[in-house]
Amino acid sequence: MRRFLLEGLLRRPLTEAAPGAGADAAGELGETLARDLRARLGRSLAIRVVDAGSCNGCELEINALGNPFYDLERFGLHFVASPRHADVLLVTGPVTRNMAEALRRTYDAMPAPKWVIAVGDCGRDGGCFAGSYAIAGGVAAVVPVDLHIPGCPPDPTALLQGLIALLSAANGHPGPSA
Amino acid sequence: MTRLPPLAFTRSREFRRRPFPHTTVSEAEWSALAHILGRGDVTLLSLWGEDGAICMALHDPAARGVAVARVAAVRGRFPSVGRHHPPAQRLERVVADLFGLVPAGAGDRRKWLDHGRWGVVHPLGEAAAGRGASDYAFAPVEGESLHQVPVGPVHAGIIEPGHFRFTAQGETVVRLEERLGYVHKGIDALMRGAALSRGAELAARTSGDSTVAYGWAFAQAAEAAMEVEVPERAFWLRGIMAELERLANHLGDIGAICNDAAFAMMLAHCSVLREKVLRAADQVFGHRLMRDRIVPGGVAADFTRDGEAALRALVTEIRDRFPALVDLYDNTASLLDRTVGAGRVAPELARRFGAGGFVGRAAMRDFDTRRDLRYAPYDMLRLEVPVREDGDVNGRVWVRIREVEQSCSLITQMLNGLPGGPVLTAVAPSGRACEGLGLVEGFRGDILVWLAFDDRGRIRRCHLRDPSWFQWPLLEAAIEGNIIADFPLCNKSFNCSYSGHDL
Repeated sequence: MRRFLLEGLLRRPLTEAAPGAGADAAGELGETLARDLRARLGRSLAIRVVDAGSCNGCELEINALGNPFYDLERFGLHFVASPRHADVLLVTGPVTRNMAEALRRTYDAMPAPKWVIAVGDCGRDGGCFAGSYAIAGGVAAVVPVDLHIPGCPPDPTALLQGLIALLSAANGHPGPSA
Repeated sequence: MTRLPPLAFTRSREFRRRPFPHTTVSEAEWSALAHILGRGDVTLLSLWGEDGAICMALHDPAARGVAVARVAAVRGRFPSVGRHHPPAQRLERVVADLFGLVPAGAGDRRKWLDHGRWGVVHPLGEAAAGRGASDYAFAPVEGESLHQVPVGPVHAGIIEPGHFRFTAQGETVVRLEERLGYVHKGIDALMRGAALSRGAELAARTSGDSTVAYGWAFAQAAEAAMEVEVPERAFWLRGIMAELERLANHLGDIGAICNDAAFAMMLAHCSVLREKVLRAADQVFGHRLMRDRIVPGGVAADFTRDGEAALRALVTEIRDRFPALVDLYDNTASLLDRTVGAGRVAPELARRFGAGGFVGRAAMRDFDTRRDLRYAPYDMLRLEVPVREDGDVNGRVWVRIREVEQSCSLITQMLNGLPGGPVLTAVAPSGRACEGLGLVEGFRGDILVWLAFDDRGRIRRCHLRDPSWFQWPLLEAAIEGNIIADFPLCNKSFNCSYSGHDL
């Protein structure tokens, strides 16, 4: 373990050393995001994730935001375990009828101001599952949505971009629930 | 004693190329099969409903073959298999939920996927208006100073929804009962009457972490049913994708399990390797999860020489860096203190439930479709299947570690032996009704797809069975006697799919 810790001290962080344009873009995105966040919410934004019926593909990419390449927390963005602590509700999946109530209750438990981001193609209108007896619809069918991030699933960079878009909108005018 | 039906056990080289011959049996013969399952001579692969009939797929390890038995439902009833063989119980409850066919003699008649919120009952059978949600009767637990802890469906982490009802005595879990079905999307109903391409789209979205394996299993079933000759190179590209998917998931899991034991450093290092796998997949196949890259008839896109170099570099990097992480895991006493002995699955249970993947293999179930029900390109490759006796969290970590090494070896073997030629052939409806079976080893275990076409080439019935069906029940058993605080650790070491199970 000592070797790992020592290496970690001596090596340049992966976050900067990562190759390719994708990783650089993620760094840039992060700085803009951090500036916007401070203006609106001080230094941090708490995000609560609810899977309302996804195939779990979106969860994989949301989880990837925490890895050293994207390192979401360096920008003051962090995932929280309770809706009571959250500013943003990140919802994945078409909303199944079996999850609609749980989603609504999670939303109701959040303090205002609050924003909702629907993630993935299913989150818009149910995607390829639309029309099923078991699907209530997209996220907007159950809770008010401020922003939609498309993709199947959206990659981590697209997710970061989505968070920036939300903050720009939030700076221009208060969110609908604010 | 009822005479056993002469089941047509088909070996893999047969059913992977041709329509699957199912055996129609009488009710008495069906019950006799249930007894045999209960005795453990054969393994239940799946059980599903059709229009007015029930099917079950069986695997005979000795004959290395698979059989599908079908019995007609008489007045909406069929003899319960779950009564003699518990692994069939939840599958039968689904048949009852979706088709309204009643397993006669079944002990547990509660609804499973149907939470009373669909506005309809028996959506695939004689549909009728639903009566609304009602309370779910959890199994009663009696004893001194017990308390219950309900968890979910919304969990604290970034994971899928499901409900866990713990009954605890102090900190020790006396009983865990799962309630699933929250992410039921009605895939079976959406499949009905769908065109082939639409079916492939849905199959690839059954469980996102296994999108390659599902795409492959669906394609296999379709190609066998329609007797499509798939170009050789396509098999090898599919194999590379499947091993990349396994690598990404296992690396993610190993890190996440250690993180649930509060050892965050492993998560950080493993997630770097996982991200590199996803980036390589994106670069080579054009999508991080390789979704929709496997299609009936072959693969959607070939890769270039650059792609080959990128994959070789990836394998080299994992081989360079992974052993140090394994050492770190193995030499951190505080971590092993959490994983060794936690969440133990008895080998007998793993065998009885036919638990696939690391859950089964960590508890002595020596089974891997890539080796035991072979399909191309694995029939041309060297593969060692790791098996352990301990059956605990540590055992499941080690099976994953060994499988990471195997996947690296397989990718190298496939890159070395990759044949040339086209990668996709057109699939035309055969003009007659046909049925096919797909069985693919996903990272979690064996995924089964049963696919029936009508004479216009539309999907008549598609049944997708996730490995989690036979792993979720074992989690209930594994957690018994552990403390509640160890549940996330045990649960992560299983990493069952909610979406794949709920459909």
